This record gives sequence, structure tokens and C-alpha cells, in this order.
Amino acid sequence: MNGTTITAPTIEYALLAPMLIVFGAALVGVLVEAFAPRYLRKSIQMPLTLLALIGAFVTTVLTALNGLPERAAAMGAVAVDGPSLFIWGIILILAFVSALLINDDDQFVAQAAAVPGSVDEEEAVRSGFAQTEVYPLLLFAVGGMLLFPASNDLLAMFVALEVMSLPLYLLCGLARRRRLLSQEASVKYFLLGAFSSAFFLYGTALVYGYAGSVDLRAISEALGSVSGQQTLLLVGVALLGVGLLFKIGAAPFQAWKPDVYQGAPTAVTALMASTVLVAAFGALLRVFWVALGNLDWDWRPVMWGVAILTMIVGAILAITQTDIKRMLAYSSIAHAGFLLTGVIATGSAAQNSQSLSAVLFYMAAYGFTTVGAFAVVTMVRDAGGEAGHLSRWAGLGKRSPVLAGIFAFFLLAFAGIPLTSGFFGKYAVFTAAVGGGALPLVIVGVVSSAIAAFFYVRVIVLMFFNEPAADGPSIAAPSVGTSAVVALAAAATVVLGVFPQPVLTLADQAASALFIR
Amino acid sequence: MQSPAEIVPHSTGVVGVSWLMIALPLLGAAILLLGGRRTDRWGHLLGVVMSLASFVVAVLAFVQMLGLDPGKRRMAVELYQFIPGVANIGLLIDPLSISFALLITGVGSLIHIYSIGYMSHDPDRRRFFAYLNLFVSAMLLLVLSDNYVGLFIGWEGVGLASYLLIGFWQFKPSAAVAAKKAFIVNRVGDFGLLIGIFTIWTTFGSVAFKEVFEAAPGAQQNTLTAIGLLLLLGACGKSAQLPLQSWLLDAMEGPTPVSALIHAATMVTAGVYLVVRSGAFFEAAPTAQLVVTIVGVATLLAGAIIGCAKDDIKKGLAGSTMSQIGYMMLGAGLGPVGYAFAIAHLITHGFFKANMFLGAGSVMHGMNDEVNMRKYGGLFSVMKVTAITFIIGYLAIIGFPLLSGYFTKDGIIETAMEHNQILGWLAVVGAGITGFYMSRMVFMTFFGKRRWEDGAHPHESPAVMTVPLIILSIGSIFLGGFLILGNRFMQFLAPAVGLPEELPSFHPFSVPGLATLALVAVGAAFAWFRYGAAEVPRVAPRGSFLTTFARRDLYGDALNEALFMRPGQWLTRLAVFFDNRGIDGLVNGLAAAIGGTSGRLRRVQTGYVRSYALSILFGAAVVVGALLYVGNM
Repeated sequence: MNGTTITAPTIEYALLAPMLIVFGAALVGVLVEAFAPRYLRKSIQMPLTLLALIGAFVTTVLTALNGLPERAAAMGAVAVDGPSLFIWGIILILAFVSALLINDDDQFVAQAAAVPGSVDEEEAVRSGFAQTEVYPLLLFAVGGMLLFPASNDLLAMFVALEVMSLPLYLLCGLARRRRLLSQEASVKYFLLGAFSSAFFLYGTALVYGYAGSVDLRAISEALGSVSGQQTLLLVGVALLGVGLLFKIGAAPFQAWKPDVYQGAPTAVTALMASTVLVAAFGALLRVFWVALGNLDWDWRPVMWGVAILTMIVGAILAITQTDIKRMLAYSSIAHAGFLLTGVIATGSAAQNSQSLSAVLFYMAAYGFTTVGAFAVVTMVRDAGGEAGHLSRWAGLGKRSPVLAGIFAFFLLAFAGIPLTSGFFGKYAVFTAAVGGGALPLVIVGVVSSAIAAFFYVRVIVLMFFNEPAADGPSIAAPSVGTSAVVALAAAATVVLGVFPQPVLTLADQAASALFIR
Repeated sequence: MQSPAEIVPHSTGVVGVSWLMIALPLLGAAILLLGGRRTDRWGHLLGVVMSLASFVVAVLAFVQMLGLDPGKRRMAVELYQFIPGVANIGLLIDPLSISFALLITGVGSLIHIYSIGYMSHDPDRRRFFAYLNLFVSAMLLLVLSDNYVGLFIGWEGVGLASYLLIGFWQFKPSAAVAAKKAFIVNRVGDFGLLIGIFTIWTTFGSVAFKEVFEAAPGAQQNTLTAIGLLLLLGACGKSAQLPLQSWLLDAMEGPTPVSALIHAATMVTAGVYLVVRSGAFFEAAPTAQLVVTIVGVATLLAGAIIGCAKDDIKKGLAGSTMSQIGYMMLGAGLGPVGYAFAIAHLITHGFFKANMFLGAGSVMHGMNDEVNMRKYGGLFSVMKVTAITFIIGYLAIIGFPLLSGYFTKDGIIETAMEHNQILGWLAVVGAGITGFYMSRMVFMTFFGKRRWEDGAHPHESPAVMTVPLIILSIGSIFLGGFLILGNRFMQFLAPAVGLPEELPSFHPFSVPGLATLALVAVGAAFAWFRYGAAEVPRVAPRGSFLTTFARRDLYGDALNEALFMRPGQWLTRLAVFFDNRGIDGLVNGLAAAIGGTSGRLRRVQTGYVRSYALSILFGAAVVVGALLYVGNM
């Protein structure tokens, strides 16, 4: 670092190809917005986005097949290892699925710049405008999500965090209906996100002050050698943790989640609830296991507290929710708590890889079910758009038994009923947690699962055993994309619940060598 | 003694796809139940085809097994791993299970075919075939599973099918009540089985036959006895053994093919299968084994006595079923020699009892569904095929020399005699009573004066009903000798249940054998004097105390009512009281507490971004403080 000559950094382009493809496509998308005529944009953007995601997925698979490097790429800034590749795979598939949802015209505002309820808006709607910027925004966000869990130094991670988050703040404000609610969600998410980023950055600075480096490996090595700066380190770790826990929506940093999930266009909510959670957990694991692995005696008790609080807050608050999206948001908080039990269950190398594998599997299982559930939410509509209020869902099972049946199945998967993917996710994580000596945590987890089962089943009861309201919502004839999403998510939930072995094995392989440094 | 062969994985040939045996009838049931009225026209044919297809698979698997070395005939077919090492679904194809599979699918198919004719006027024939298919599928799962959980699923499945079929004519209150009674009594046994499986799981850490049977001899004696008795309780429920016998007689409310298939030939033998399959536990727990034999003997006598007093032809046959299963249970408690005779008797009984039940159905079919034998008489001349096949079944069950029942029942009696003289002689007495009540049934039905109701025009049934009767009666004649002579069946079964050092040889003129024949002859002669030669009154006479005792099913229902129902009612009332006051209070209180907490916490979610930011700041302060506290401890 103190050398007098600056040498050009070496970049392993092949390893970074998935990210490069996604970012490249995003840039092309911006150019399309600038130069292509309005009527053509959508028909260019949509295939471009899907192709980019497919291409990135294919290169991810190829990288995995070619064998993994021993050291982090790009001068130690990006670690392309088993967990990264597994997480990339999940994110890219889920982003592809969400992109199919986003493609639905009725989700997004005609012209974001028009004031809600104004003449401008009416005109924009009448002339059939579409805000096609959502596609490049989506790609930028996905690019950030890919970098976030793979960053091997804290600054790269911070950059990734922002690249991921900024497009999402925008996307949240683009709902077609109830625009004020959507814009409010967007601003809230932005303000709180900026606030938490500041915590992350401050934590980075303090840890740098302690270790003299932002490189995760260097921090890990410094833990043993530097003495006398304990307070600096601990405060830094705490603030880093706050920044990351905010992104996964762990209590007490969960307040943004219900408001944002409710306000954002449902397709974007699906994207956030699945991929952002996955990316943020990847980053959390990397920071706490790679950089701070030797400090686990210090951070583990605090994480215990956070996990317990998260599970309980998520489960208990979900009970009194009356909006389906808010309920799913609290359910997402509870699931973040369940996943945290896996993060905490560290110990021997074998124990670590078991916990890691469990967390990876859980995220894959939960991601699919979540996207599917939100996809169903987009289809239940009345005159004012999506019928979010739970009372409107009464008797849905009598009107459209298939859709209600699938939704009930997703809810059972959230609850963790055997023969659904949710069961194996919970089983894997809780088994790992018991192995890691976190039995009390597992007990809290099981009790909160029981509480959570109440509100999942309540929706099922509502759908199937209540009389439908006279002016109840109807099921919008779904677009091909939306139907495909629901079918795919349902298939994944069944397959992962009945034949989980291939994916479990894949997760085991991804986790076997743990993280590289 | 030669111990059972090792269970080895096998996945080639028909054995590898033996799951089709279970899947095909299940598919049939699903199509018929989900397809609804659309399948009415061809539903019964689909049911028959599925059952026959299942039979073909069983035969092919059997042929493949015969081609193997006896030491390799226990084949495990892994189907699905739910949680590796903890919960798997797999099949065990071995001589024992394939014998059952052949009986279930073979006799089952014949009864399916027969039902086409028997149920031809029933508007719900499709539903009937759906349930029959469901039953065949569940029963096969029961006998083919390679672990106790799969067995239990099949066990509950046959319980369900039995419930649905007993109550098939649910518009008759008596049928609905009988279905409920069967279900509830079986529940008692099922709980025994369930607790038994739990005990096996906690003791051995597995429910797979392979692992638990290998570990069984090393377990504690008391544990083994407990497991044995709990499994026996399950067996008593399903097989209508004392003290859980009361449901079987009422179960005759179902259509006659059901009585033949489920409540005579197959399902009620599930208990015998369970005891024989769990031989490893019983052989290591002599106390439990002794209880099995006592239950068997008690039931065989009770069933026979009940059979003597019944005027309803189906109830008479039901009593006889109880009694014959008692013989099997007795055999099942006598170790490997007994197992072979018990299973052989089970198979021959499956034939001759199905034969007689279907014969009874044929008689009822011609007599406007009349079941009272006092209103039969002299039917031989009007329905010859039915009468002759019925009489073959009758001769087989009483042990007429050289017919099926002669070989198999005698084997059980001789083995019991070697084991324990008292049990042996009681079994001989039971055989004598069998001679009486079965003869009574034949004389009252087919011979003597015609005591028909006005308007009865008895006629022979159509070929679709008589052909199965003929096939079954051929089995009733020859099967027993084929299985027993030269210990053929014992050798075949050896890989599954083991083989004794000294093979029994067949003595036609042993003391117990001759005594049995003599007593049967006396019983039959007595029946001839009472019901053949003498006039049978059309209204049952009051009879002695003993007759009433038997007519009332040995006061089994009264006993149940006094001992269990009334105290049970009090108990439920008490429980409801405490549930309302105590448990519900607690549960509802807890729910209210959680809901209240939720409502209160919800107010924190103000919607103001400033308060969210404050909560984050506050949370961050707590995390920093906590980490500093922990780090400096």
C-alpha cells in the first residue's frame, strides 16, 4: 500500500463474469432508455433483462463446474467461493422469477414524475406510458446483490450495499395504485437505509482503526495480534452488525419492513423479500464468520438476543395484522430470526459447514415460497387494485379453489409443515443450531413457529371456511409470466419438500470448504 | 434353529417395481373418487382391472422370488428417503409378505369380480369399488412395508376403508352405528400399536424391521414384554380377538363382499401378520408369547360359542371368523413351527371363508336379502352351484379329512399340544364346537323344509358371482394339503420367520388328530338331529341361559357398556368440565396474552419515520452496550 509506484490491479474477469454480465446489461438498458423510442423500449428491455440473468446464471454454473479458486479475486476484494456461487445461483433464479412478475403492466406507475391524482398522471395513463426504467434498475440492484455477499473487504461491501439499495429505494416508489403510500414507503426506506448505511460505514472506520485494514482476512489476523484496542473493535463490530441486521430486518431494526413491503409494488416486494434477504444473509455470514470468526465468544451472546427478539417480534406482531402484505412482512422478520439461529451455530469446521449448508438451503426454500406467495397476492384484485385487506380474502377458496389452494400450500410451507420445503429448511437450521449448542434458541424458534402457524392457518381458514363477501375481489386473469411464477414457486416448494436431497447435497458441497479468505 | 435370512437391498426385475402393487389400486381409488359420477359407467371395471393388475405384479414378483436362492429371498426395496436414516419408506418383499400379497390381491380380485354382480343394482357401485381398491392398496402397504411406520399407515388405511365399507349403506342407522363401533374399538387397538411403535423407537432408535429385529434379542426383558403386549393389543383390535372382539359381528352390516374380503379373508388377519412379523420380539419375550396363545384360545372358544346361537347367517360366519383367527393367533404364539401353520391356516381360511361368505351373499341375493337362516331351508335344489361350493367350504372349515382346513388346523392343534396340553385340548374342543355350528348353518340353509317368506323366489346367481365361488372352492379343497404336506410352506417361509431344527411330520392318526375328528363328528351329528332331522321353528325359541349368553355375544357389549362406556361418559363429562374451566382458560388466556401483546406492540409501529430512526438508534445503542459488556466480562 505504501509503494511509490502504482501497479495496475489484476482482475480475474472470468470469475466475476456473472456480475459483469448483469452490470453490462444494466448499462445497455440505460442506453436503451436514452435512445430507443418509447414504444420499443419494453420489448427490448424485457428480453435483455431476462437474457442477462440467464447468462449470469449460466456463467455461475460454469464457474462452479470449473473448480474454485483458493484466494479471493480482484486483489482480494471479491471472494468467489462455494457459498458465494450458491447464493448467486439463488439470487439469479429468484431475480429471474421476480422479473417475470415485474413484467406485469399493471404493477408500475405510468409516469413516476407525475404528481399523484394530477392531470399529468391521467394523461400518462391514457397514453399508455410505462416506466421501463424498472428493468435497468432491477439489474443494477441484482448486480449489487451479487457483489454484496461476495465482498471480501468492507469497503467493497459498502459499495455493493449502496448499489443494491439505491435502485430498490426507487423501485419501491413506482406502484401504480395507492401511489402516495408507495412514495411514502420509498422515502422511509431511503431515509432509514441511509441511516443504517452510516452505521455500517462508521463501524468499518472503527474496525479499520483497530485492524489497520478493511480486508476481511487482515481483520481476522489482527484479532489475535493487536491488543489494547478492544473497545474500538467491539464498538466497530456492533455498528457493522447494526448495518447488516437492518438489511435482513432483524429486531430491533425491523420497523421499516412492514411499511416498505406494503407500499412497494408487489413485484418489487417479492424481489426484496427473497433476494435481498439472501444477499444480506450472505454478507452477514461473511463478515461475522470470516473477519470476526475468532471473536465469536463476544458477538454470539448479542446475536442470541437479537435472534430471540426477532423471532418473537415477527411472530407476535404478525398476529394482529390485517393486511396480507404486512403479515407476510412480519413473517419475513420471523424467518430472518430462524435463519439467525443458523448463523449463530458456529463451532468446529464440520459444525460450521453444517450450519452454513442449512442456512443456504433455508434461503433457497424460503425464497421460492416467498416469491410465489407475493405472486398470488398480485392476482387477487378488486376495483382499487390489489385487495390487500385480509377481510377481502374471505371465501376465496370457494371462488378460485386452485389459486387459494396453492396459496394455502405456500402458507403451510412458511409454517414448516412436513412435505413442504419449509419443513426441511427449519429442520436443517434447527438441527444445526442444536449441534452448535443453541438449544434454548431452538426452543424459542419452535415456540415462535407455533405462534406463527396460527396466523398462517388463520388465512387458510379465512379463505376456505368463511363465506365470500358479496363484492369480494376477483382473481385477475393472470399473465403468462405470473402464472409461470406461481407454478414454478409451487413446484419448487413441493420438490424441495419431497425430494430435498439434491439441493441439500448441493448446499453441502457449497458449504463444505466454507468461505475462502 | 435356523434364524431368518438377512434382509438385503434388491432393485431389479418385478421386485424393483413392486410398489406398483400398492400404487395401482390407489390410483384406481383416486380416479373413482375424484372422477365422481363421470366414472359411474365403467368405474367397477376399472376397479377390477386395477386389482387384477396388482395381482399380476404380485405373481411375477413371487415367480422372481422362487428363482432365487432361499437365503436371498428377503428383499428390501427402497422407495423414498424422507429424512435419511430417520424416516424412510421402503418395501420388504419376503416369503411372508408375498404370501399375504398373493392372498390379498388374488382373493381380492375374485371378490371384486363377484361384486360386479352383487352390487349391480346399487346406484353407488362406483363408490363401492373405489373403497375396495383403497382397501387393497392400504392392506398391501400394511404387509409390504419394511418398517413399523409404513405398516401403521397401511393399518390406519385399512381401518378407514373398513369404516367406509361397513357404513356403505349409511342410510341404515344400524350400518352407521356399526361403522362407528368398529372404528372406535379399533382405535383402542391402534393406540396400543402406536404406543408399541413409540416404545420400539425409543428403545432401538429405529422403526425399520431390519434394524430392530437384529437388536431385539439384546434388549431388556421387560421392555420386550411391554412391546409384545402393546403390539398384541393392536393385533386384538384389528383381528377381533378378546377383549376387542365386539365390533366384528356388527360389521356384518356392510355389503356381503365386504364381509368376505375385509372381515373374513384379509384385514382381520392383519393382527396375525403383525404378531408373526414381530416374531423377533415375541420369541425373546416368553410372557408376551404366552399371552398371545391364551388370547388365541379364549377367542377361538368364544367365537365358536357365539357361532352356535346365531340365526343370522352372516353373524354366524363372523363368529366362526373370530374363532378361526383365534386358531391362527394361537399358532402365532407358538414360534416358527406355529407361524408356518398359522399363516397356512390364514391362507386356506382366506379361501374357504371368502367362499362361504360369498356363498351366503349368493343365497341372500336370491332370497331378497334375507339373512335369517330360520327362513331358509331346502335351498340345495334351487341353487346347486352355491350350495355345493358352500358345502366344500364347510367341509374345509370343520377339518374334513384331506380338505384344506384339515391340514392347517390340525397342524396348529398338534403344535399347541406339544407346547401346552391344556391349550391343545381346548383347541380340540373348539374344533368340535366348530363341527356343530357350521353343520347347523348348512342344515338350516340348504336342507330340511322350505321355510321361505312369502314372495321369495330363490334362484341361482349369475356366472359373474358363481365363477369366483368355484375358483375359491377349488382352493378350499387342495390348498391345505399342497402347503402342509412335506412341510412345503414351512420351508418356503423359513427365510422370513426361521426354521426349527426338528421339522414336524404329518401324522394322520395321532391322538389329538383322531380326537378332533371324533368331536367334529359328534358335533355334526348333534347338529343333524337338532336342525337336519328335526323341524326348525321359524321364530327362535327362548332357549336356555347358555343360548342367551351366546346370542348376546357372551355379554361382550354389556360388559363394554358397563365397564367402559358409562365410566367413559363420566370421564368425558369430567374432562369437558375441566377442559372448559382449566385447560381452555389457560389456552385462551395464553392466546389472549399473545394477542394483547401483539396489539400493544403494534402501537410502536407508528408509521413515523422519525420514531423508526429513533428505535434503530436505540437498538444500536443496546447492541453496542451489550457487546461491550460481553467483551469486557
